[in-house]
Amino acid sequence: MAVPALANEPLLRVEDLRVEFPTRRGRLTAVDGVSFEIAPGEVLGVVGESGAGKSLTGAAIIGLLEPPGKITGGQIVLEGQRIDNLPYHEMRQIRGRRIGAIFQDPLTSLNPLYTIGRQLTETIRTHLPLGETAARERALALLRAVGIPAAEQRIDQYPHQFSGGMRQRVVIALALAAEPRLIIADEPTTALDVSIQAQIIALLKRLCREHGTAVMLVTHDMGVIAETADRVAVMYAGRIVEIGPVREVVRHARHPYTVGLMGSIPLVGRDVARLAQIDGAMPRLNAIPLGCAFNPRCQKAFDICRTQRPDLRRVGPVAVACHLFDMPPADAGRPP
Amino acid sequence: MASGSSERALARAWDSDIAYSFRSSPLTMAAAAFTALYLLGAMLAPWIAPQDPFDLKQLDLLNAFLPPVWEVEGKAGFLLGADDQGRDVLSTILYGSRVSLLVGFASVVLAMLLGIGLGLISGYAGGAVDAFIMRVADVQLSFPAILIALLIDGVTRGLISAQRHEELAVFVLVISIGLSFWVQYARTVRGLVLVEKNKEYVLAARVIGLPPALIMLRHVLPNVLGPVLVIATINLGVAIITEATLSFLGVGVPSTQPSLGTLIRIGNDYLFSGEWWITIFPGAALALLVLAVNLLGDWLRDALNPKLH
Amino acid sequence: MIAFVLRRLLQAVAVMLVVSLISFALFNFVGDPINNMVGQETTLDERAELRRQLGLEDPIPLRFARFIGNALQGNLGVSYRMAEPVGRLILSRLPATLELSLAAAVFALLVGVPMGVYCGLYPRAPLARLFQAVSLVGVSLPTFLIGILLILIFAVHLNILPSFGRGEAVALGWWTTGLLTAAGLKALILPAITLGLFQMTLIMRLVRSEMLEVLRTDYIKFARARGLSNRAVHFSHALRNTLVPVITITGLQLGAIIAFAVITETVFQWPGMGLLFIQSVQFADVPVMASYLILIALLFVIINLVVDLLYYAVDPRLRLDRPGKAA
Repeated sequence: MAVPALANEPLLRVEDLRVEFPTRRGRLTAVDGVSFEIAPGEVLGVVGESGAGKSLTGAAIIGLLEPPGKITGGQIVLEGQRIDNLPYHEMRQIRGRRIGAIFQDPLTSLNPLYTIGRQLTETIRTHLPLGETAARERALALLRAVGIPAAEQRIDQYPHQFSGGMRQRVVIALALAAEPRLIIADEPTTALDVSIQAQIIALLKRLCREHGTAVMLVTHDMGVIAETADRVAVMYAGRIVEIGPVREVVRHARHPYTVGLMGSIPLVGRDVARLAQIDGAMPRLNAIPLGCAFNPRCQKAFDICRTQRPDLRRVGPVAVACHLFDMPPADAGRPP
Repeated sequence: MASGSSERALARAWDSDIAYSFRSSPLTMAAAAFTALYLLGAMLAPWIAPQDPFDLKQLDLLNAFLPPVWEVEGKAGFLLGADDQGRDVLSTILYGSRVSLLVGFASVVLAMLLGIGLGLISGYAGGAVDAFIMRVADVQLSFPAILIALLIDGVTRGLISAQRHEELAVFVLVISIGLSFWVQYARTVRGLVLVEKNKEYVLAARVIGLPPALIMLRHVLPNVLGPVLVIATINLGVAIITEATLSFLGVGVPSTQPSLGTLIRIGNDYLFSGEWWITIFPGAALALLVLAVNLLGDWLRDALNPKLH
Repeated sequence: MIAFVLRRLLQAVAVMLVVSLISFALFNFVGDPINNMVGQETTLDERAELRRQLGLEDPIPLRFARFIGNALQGNLGVSYRMAEPVGRLILSRLPATLELSLAAAVFALLVGVPMGVYCGLYPRAPLARLFQAVSLVGVSLPTFLIGILLILIFAVHLNILPSFGRGEAVALGWWTTGLLTAAGLKALILPAITLGLFQMTLIMRLVRSEMLEVLRTDYIKFARARGLSNRAVHFSHALRNTLVPVITITGLQLGAIIAFAVITETVFQWPGMGLLFIQSVQFADVPVMASYLILIALLFVIINLVVDLLYYAVDPRLRLDRPGKAA
């Protein structure tokens, strides 16, 4: 089942994770048997349409699933310690200290009633044994590191006095405040201006490389993944359909869904006619079809796809969940 | 065929979200049942009440201050006891509820019509008219409704003779309460009109020469139905309380046609001499009625507000 | 900041003018002021002379200006019923009403806010459900009925608290207070609870729904993701953000409390302005009604002004005249 471990010990291991929502018409499975690993310092991109379960996977790892959603199966292991079943106060000490988070909308991620300095120092002092003055020094250093000009003045300003891009820099500073080993960045640039997106992504990438921080980068933007991630996991209807090194997945997409996704990013030098769209829409969670969840939209679907759910299996350097690759391993490595 | 499709329609209605939230809330069902029974009891009072409390021939002062039937001195036929004039408390409650409900419903309808009308005008006309109506609404909203109702009542007393006032008391009450509750409707309707006003079909209507106001009315009214219904249900409880309060304060309906509030005021005089039932039973009836109506209002608000799901 | 205060002041003056106009209209067009001053035997000529003396023949704008001038000097006419200057009447009743209203507001806040916070944090807890149920009953029970029930229980049955009046009041200059004697404080308990109960449930429900709303926001989620303690998340982040609407509503409710004192004062025969007002409505005593209206409007306007300034202090977003906006 699980993707074989990389050479070094993984920082985070997610095994067969299930997230379900009880509703009045039965339980909806939003994340269905997801497994992956993240190595120290590695950037894992998680891509998929909205509703594919990628944000929920991130929320589950950090222990902040919104009720009534809850983890109903599998486990999450951080540096050898199982964290999905920790009591609230122990998980709280992991959040911010060992796993940081960045959310989609910087405009709403900061408390409007407090200065950014106060929000930074309270985070620092929650996790590190520093006094007020030392915490403020650290906060200033962080603001400079994320590229806030005139940090000495701006530290005492309120969030509404910052632009969107600047606020997301502050959010990144907050996520890095206690030097976590892993950052879960959920659509960190979606709400920003296109011109600022690239800056923020570059900043995030540079800071994480400098601090050796691993990143789980959740996005629906394949372009961002292609530029930033080391490996990529493609999610569809609550499951991982393909996972592997980013170059491999981008250049030689195997799963028909990934092929479709790749078709939707304009790349320089690519024939415009190939900018294809995938017909139809992802099924709602209460109407996931039998067999492969993608089969109603898949042009290559055949009989077995409609009856039997494909497992994730190794195909060359990647792992794919598709019956097209059920054939003897000898042929499976080459894309058709 | 026809019966089959209507059965299906019924089944669909039964399965709809609103029906579901109704079925899954026993409290709401209980409140609905209680309200229905209460309305029925009040409407049928002349036929089901043990006694006509306004028919002096049926009254006997010997029955005055009879305690409820389960107390030692209780007497059959006076289930909840009798008041100072020997009237059966249960009967006075049933008859009194007619006045309370009449005033409640009538003032809500008045407020609703006034509010919807002014809201439509305000939203559609815009400019100075809109500004004027909304300023008036603002000023009025910053004063409690009961104060405004009291003031209107006081003014009418100054304008017409005491005897005329007694005759017109119910009418004056309805106007006083109705005039003090129109603002919410007006604001809601105005907001919806402003949303609809710039939609393309309104512009299109203007282009082809149809009166846009008429077209909009046809689109706005169905949209306001839900919110207006919620406001009206919640207001019904408040209106009933307001009527009872005014009557309790002695500026509502006269004691010749007592409402629940009047009954409580009359009974209040005997609280210290131990005749608690004269005031407590009408009070309980009032509280239960308002509680049931409020429960329905709360449920309706939640059921019609998809944001909460 | 100054512009903000000035604009608010201007609005306040406008509201006061409108209310004065209504009062003025009441004074002059409801009933005949002359009829209320003279006896049956006065001749028509004498009446006309009196009208001229009182300036009732002058143009209406002039009369209105004179009315405002008089009101500003505290001259609010003479009560038809009690033949006493209204200004003095109201001033003698004002302390009783203000003390009662303040006690009720403090009760409503001190009980309502903690209950609301608890219900917002643990909406599914049994205690929270109980609070919710109690609050619904509280909203459904008319104020006067609550008063009657409290009297029945604590005055009639248990006989531990007085059921009417102010107890023992002490005069401090023109202000009389019941807060300095044991009897005065005891007499305050039932009326204050009666008057405050409705506002308490209102504040509780408001704080609860605001807490629920704020707890769903991104910055609370982010505060949790930063690993802040529950106490920091709930109190310094969530509660503070609910304060703006709570301050607004509580402030406005203070006005409502003063107005609703009419009912409570009637139930408990509390010698305040409300009782005076009710009696004036029953007897169509126009000068008292009109003056009460002006006074209540003035209180409302002052409260609104204070509320505006308060949330200006709480919410930094309103302080726009700072440098460095949107860098």
